[in-house]
Amino acid sequence: MDWITFAEFSLIGLFSGGLLALVALGFVLIYKGTRAINFATGEFMMLGAYLVYTGHSWLKMPLWLSVVFGLAGISLVAIVVERFVLRPLAGQPVVSVLMVTIGLGAFLHGMVDAIWGGQNLEMPQMLPRKPLIWGDIMLPGAVFWSFWVALAVIAGLSLYFRYSRTGIAMRAAASDPITAYALGIDVRRTQQLTWVFAGCVGAVAGTIVASISSLSPALSGTALGVLAVVILGGLDSVAGAIIAGLLVGWLESIAVGYFGGKARDLVPYVVVLAILMVRPYGLLGTRDIERL
Amino acid sequence: MNPSPLLSVEDVHLRFGGIKALGGVSLQAKAGEITAVIGPNGAGKTSLFNTISGFYKPQQGRIQLEGRDITPTKPNVRAAMGLARTFQNVALFRGMTVLDNIKLGGHNRMAANTLQAMAYWGQSQREELALREEIERDVIDFLEIDHVRHQSVASLSYGLQKRVELARALAMRPKILMLDEPVAGMNREETEDMARFILDLQEERGMTILLIEHDMGMVMDISNHVAVLNFGQLIASGTPQHVRSHPDVIEAYLGVRESQTAPGQGA
Repeated sequence: MDWITFAEFSLIGLFSGGLLALVALGFVLIYKGTRAINFATGEFMMLGAYLVYTGHSWLKMPLWLSVVFGLAGISLVAIVVERFVLRPLAGQPVVSVLMVTIGLGAFLHGMVDAIWGGQNLEMPQMLPRKPLIWGDIMLPGAVFWSFWVALAVIAGLSLYFRYSRTGIAMRAAASDPITAYALGIDVRRTQQLTWVFAGCVGAVAGTIVASISSLSPALSGTALGVLAVVILGGLDSVAGAIIAGLLVGWLESIAVGYFGGKARDLVPYVVVLAILMVRPYGLLGTRDIERL
Repeated sequence: MNPSPLLSVEDVHLRFGGIKALGGVSLQAKAGEITAVIGPNGAGKTSLFNTISGFYKPQQGRIQLEGRDITPTKPNVRAAMGLARTFQNVALFRGMTVLDNIKLGGHNRMAANTLQAMAYWGQSQREELALREEIERDVIDFLEIDHVRHQSVASLSYGLQKRVELARALAMRPKILMLDEPVAGMNREETEDMARFILDLQEERGMTILLIEHDMGMVMDISNHVAVLNFGQLIASGTPQHVRSHPDVIEAYLGVRESQTAPGQGA
């Protein structure tokens, strides 16, 4: 394989890594905020995409409004889930919370299947498909633009956590809920907001994934692959999620380029496994994270 | 002359399963005074603090702040009502700067949330600036931590971290300041600095302070009123001189020898 092809696969990989990082961010937000891994992340993605689809194809909303509709819908679901499923579990062992998110995933999966059916649906086109051509290198338009959408969402959230008062309060509550509570921060509200943010991030990612391929309940499986990204980056590190997202995206693409499509699901994970042997807490994770 | 109690704890009972942490404790912190709670390890001091902050719900008894019953009130609401505290172990938010930590103390005083802040940009900017200015003047300069304000708290010495924690509590502009072992683990110089800050707060600003401390010298030097807990019971209460010579206190701290008669001479 020559350098041009290598560069092309590398670019495709890095740009598709943005989306991986976005899905990973959904995991990281919940982990930081609640110390639990949300195994229903994929279902949130899927449900978000279905809501956007419903807004556009059933309710005949314009595209932008259907996205708003999807985000509002997923926020509502996140609030209900946090209030009635997660909050009663406060103070329970982390494992119970993990189990509940798995159950929640199964429930959402079944619900989506019952309402929209299991067949493939055609999403409205979200991102320009026109490929970008730089000399001999061709980059699919959807991959290129999905990267920038993901980057914008990640950057926006990072700035929010860095500079806004609510964002700083959320960080405080995530790092030490008791102290935050004593300072007058409403920890229940910050937890609720954490779920809303994670839900919205998932919905954006799900919508993009569905619009690139197609929409079906199988979409939720995407998140499971991203779990490797999250663990590689370090469960509680946003920067780690970005770096690991780009790294795994690149590895996947290079693996496909050199070894064919089947290598896509193998090579990156072998590399992740190897890295984790050296750094079990991930690239940028805190050392004392929970082992699964 | 008797200043009115700003905070009063009335007959508080707290049990964890079969363990009785507090068995009917009553205590008052009078406005503008320094009240100290002392007692051996496991006497229930921190349980008492956690009950006052609202983390534990007493099975019986009540807590009043300025005459209002706050027993059912949540911790964050109590904080907004003017109850500020520090923790026994330094409870700063690691990974944040000193200034961010301190500004979080002012969190509940800022009216606008993010949406409102976007809608009323000017007002929230003014609010932010006013808070910043007040913190700089009344907290950072006062506690002499201006040289570290942009550092990450993790890089500070233990004594400075404790001081930042006090700064954060002050940024809440509290009516009553609760300090859980403010000088624990400090060397003598750091202890003297902290004692001076606490006294200044009382004398210059009329702050009401309730503190738990093991450093007997400091407690006796700065407190107006000392309450002694042992096994979840209040065994003595009064001025430092009174408490120091109280036979039950001496017994709780030193134990009794069989041959010993009640050591009442003290002082």
